[in-house]
Amino acid sequence: MARIIVVTSGKGGVGKTTTSAAFAMGLAERGHRTVVIDFDVGLRNLDLVMGCERRVVFDFVNVIQGEAKLAQALIRDKRNPNLFVLAASQTRDKEALTAEGVGKVLEELSESFDYIVCDSPAGIEKGATLAMYFADDAIVVTNPEVSSVRDSDRMIGILSSKSRRAEEGLEPIREYLLVTRYSPERVDKGEMLSLEDVQEILALNLIGVVPESQAVLNASNAGQPVILDKESTAGQAYSDMVDRYLGEDLPHRFTQVEKKGLLGRLFGG
Amino acid sequence: MALLDFFRQNKKSNSAAVARERLQILVAHDRGRNGPSYLPQLQRELLKVIRKYVEVDEDAVNVHLENEGNQEILELNIVLPER
Repeated sequence: MARIIVVTSGKGGVGKTTTSAAFAMGLAERGHRTVVIDFDVGLRNLDLVMGCERRVVFDFVNVIQGEAKLAQALIRDKRNPNLFVLAASQTRDKEALTAEGVGKVLEELSESFDYIVCDSPAGIEKGATLAMYFADDAIVVTNPEVSSVRDSDRMIGILSSKSRRAEEGLEPIREYLLVTRYSPERVDKGEMLSLEDVQEILALNLIGVVPESQAVLNASNAGQPVILDKESTAGQAYSDMVDRYLGEDLPHRFTQVEKKGLLGRLFGG
Repeated sequence: MALLDFFRQNKKSNSAAVARERLQILVAHDRGRNGPSYLPQLQRELLKVIRKYVEVDEDAVNVHLENEGNQEILELNIVLPER
């Protein structure tokens, strides 16, 4: 049986797809058979961030509608044999995803994978509600910024009421907070909500802090999940986050302003 | 100039504190409004049942859900007509 994880946020542009790609690659790197699914029907982008956009022949909706077998639609990652991508369709038909169809596909994937990562679209429409409906765990991606925090709070409410686990009275979805685009310098200046502020308002278990980093744009430009950039702070932060998800107890890094040395201060290094 | 910058830095722009305060109020408000979706239905059905026995006004039944720490309190307020 696979564990199903939804990456969600409510607000767009906070890093759901970046996180889904990095998280799935991280799980695969640690030897787990992982599939990452794009639920953003009509506006697919996970394939681009994963660097497999030219290999999409069949997609999620084709499988749901019986036009392709699951095996035909799964794209094996060229860097890691444990990782597969299921792309979203470009159809404009909003009704293409159905709870029954999604449930069937997830059930079939459960037989051969350890982890199923669901990359949710922004908003609270069908794609987003279906991405979270079958989840066992949720990663709520939040920027330290008012509209993102507010939307995350709304999503947390929806997670606890509109999911299979809630409807069947099972153990609730495990929810984790991932703060992205964090800038300790701006927090120090009083310009940005601190980790403590965000955590206090959302009251979720913090699974990671990804600092603002140029590596993220470079990674999506190249179609390489940023976790593969081992030198970058963002890559390392995602790596820590995967380890924490798998049960390791690691301290959070990149949350304090790095102290410049005396020479650095003198020469403005 | 460097000396001036040093003094300027001490004057913190505290927009983060404003953000925190606004969010705390907003989030508390959002949570209060988004009660479970069955509340209106529950209210209507309760009214129906009560009306079987007592002739009460349309707005005589009030259902309210409140969160207090780990507890949820469902408060029912029914106004009976004066005899």
